[in-house]
Amino acid sequence: MSDAKASGRADKRRRALSGLMTILTALCALSAVAVLLIILGYIVWRGVGALNWRFLIETPKPVGEGGGIGNAIVGSLLLIALASVMGIPLGIATGIYLAEYGDNRFGKFVRFIADTLTGVPSIVVGVFAYSAIVLPMERFSAFAGGVALAIIMIPIVARTTEEMIRLVPTNLREAALALGAPQWRATLDIVLPAAASGIATGAMLAIARISGETAPLLFTAFGSRFFSLYLDQPIASLTVQIYNYAISPYDEWHAQAWAATLVLMALILAINVTVRFFTRRRY
Amino acid sequence: MKETSTGTRTTVVAHGVFRWPRMLSPTGDAGDAIFRSLLFCCALLIVLLLAAMIAAMAYRARPSFAQFGFDFLWGRSWNPVEGEFGALPFIYGTVVSSLIALILSVPLSLGIAIFLVEQAPKGIARPIAFLVDLLAAIPSVVYGLWGIFVLAPFVREELGPPLQGLFGWTPFFRGTITGIGMLTGGIILAIMITPIISAVVRDVLAAVPMAQREAALALGATKWETTRVVLANGAPGILGAVILGLGRAIGETMAVTMVIGNRPQISLSLFDPAYTIASVIANEFTEATGDLYLSALIELGLILFLVTFIINALARLLVWSVARRTQPARV
Repeated sequence: MSDAKASGRADKRRRALSGLMTILTALCALSAVAVLLIILGYIVWRGVGALNWRFLIETPKPVGEGGGIGNAIVGSLLLIALASVMGIPLGIATGIYLAEYGDNRFGKFVRFIADTLTGVPSIVVGVFAYSAIVLPMERFSAFAGGVALAIIMIPIVARTTEEMIRLVPTNLREAALALGAPQWRATLDIVLPAAASGIATGAMLAIARISGETAPLLFTAFGSRFFSLYLDQPIASLTVQIYNYAISPYDEWHAQAWAATLVLMALILAINVTVRFFTRRRY
Repeated sequence: MKETSTGTRTTVVAHGVFRWPRMLSPTGDAGDAIFRSLLFCCALLIVLLLAAMIAAMAYRARPSFAQFGFDFLWGRSWNPVEGEFGALPFIYGTVVSSLIALILSVPLSLGIAIFLVEQAPKGIARPIAFLVDLLAAIPSVVYGLWGIFVLAPFVREELGPPLQGLFGWTPFFRGTITGIGMLTGGIILAIMITPIISAVVRDVLAAVPMAQREAALALGATKWETTRVVLANGAPGILGAVILGLGRAIGETMAVTMVIGNRPQISLSLFDPAYTIASVIANEFTEATGDLYLSALIELGLILFLVTFIINALARLLVWSVARRTQPARV
């Protein structure tokens, strides 16, 4: 009888431990969510105060005279567009190769390199763009910044594209081939449209990722106080502007950094939530 | 019909029509061969890119390597004015700040992943997973801004004094608490790598076969005991996730640069300012005067590149050993 009692006690202990661990892991999850809400809440609280229309369209001015982030917004958009034009087609092409022809040694190797490249620090990409583009050109340029961002995009887009194309049922390919279409027509006209929304999602996520990048732009696009659309000239960006204002000693610039952050976060969160909304419907 | 060559790559001219090598186009369609070759070139470009990165940085780092050789790695003095360039303070700062980040982040990330995969009902797990993932979407520079104005004052006024009161007798919590230093850098890194580690651990746990859980439950195991079985099964993948997080922490730049104090010194106290490899590059690159200074910074970049590359490769292999799917890397 006492044996049964002892094992009953042990059972209770085991169940108590199990319940305790459930609570502890739940607390871990809650604390991460709390940190997110604290950060986002603080950005909104500090950012809204300095935000107005003039701030969004003006160029930076000396301390005490206001000024805004108009040129930085234009610069960021130009850099993102430049990177997308180079990075997205290359990434998608690589992704198609990996999905359709990549079941061999070379494919495995490329997949491995792509995965490892996504983990390479973005500052290193900046150092590379500086060594390979800024030094030979002898000036900071929007082009160098765009290339650096494109390098960050390519592996991300390539791997999501591969994943999305692999989800397309083989039946579709077979049907196209059976009708006499060559493989390239089957891929371009049948498989790619079927995977299009997934590929677009991957591209959007890559854009969200590079719009927050600062380190690769510090010594490639560098920054500028003027509106500029020239690819061979330094150009402003939201992130570098936030950095420069954040480490400045002026309260006014700090406030502007928060407002610029609010604009940047709105852009990034909008992309993330949109992507989430669309992927949710599909799976 | 006459054959122009034999062997595996037979190119056949039939009635004067050129046929493509079988490897490129099994159907003999010209479009297929061109299409495949084009795609192959794009894939090859990624490999070439990697080679170009190593080559370009190695080329620009030559002056520094010629001057210091491997002494660069253990030189304790970084004094651009005197032309002294030693990387040890940065290596120390990078390693210690990353370790702090791992110590804080790994238990938390494991807890999050276990809760989301093993414990929480799906209806709760989904939105929470989304929110945790959002932490990874916040840009580094934003973490840095938040670090300067929220976390640093918090460490200075709320966290630092009690820590010093409890552990002030150890060499790790001595000195003035300015809020800007190694500890703050480590904390901000921990917040930044938590979504990455927990996401990969989530994938790893989800890849453990359901039969393992059913077997444990059938033997009368509690939920937590079942979870331990699952954890044991996913152990190599979890280790991979941790190493992946380490790789991120080592390479993280902006946020750390903004809160770690940027002083090239080796101090045991976590309250003291420090410097990491990534942050010295970010901070001093544009003001580097002279070839030697610049090449020393580029050499630091190359070191960072090689170290993170090896770490990532290792992590990737470990994660693949558990979750052997063609999943894209977590961004």
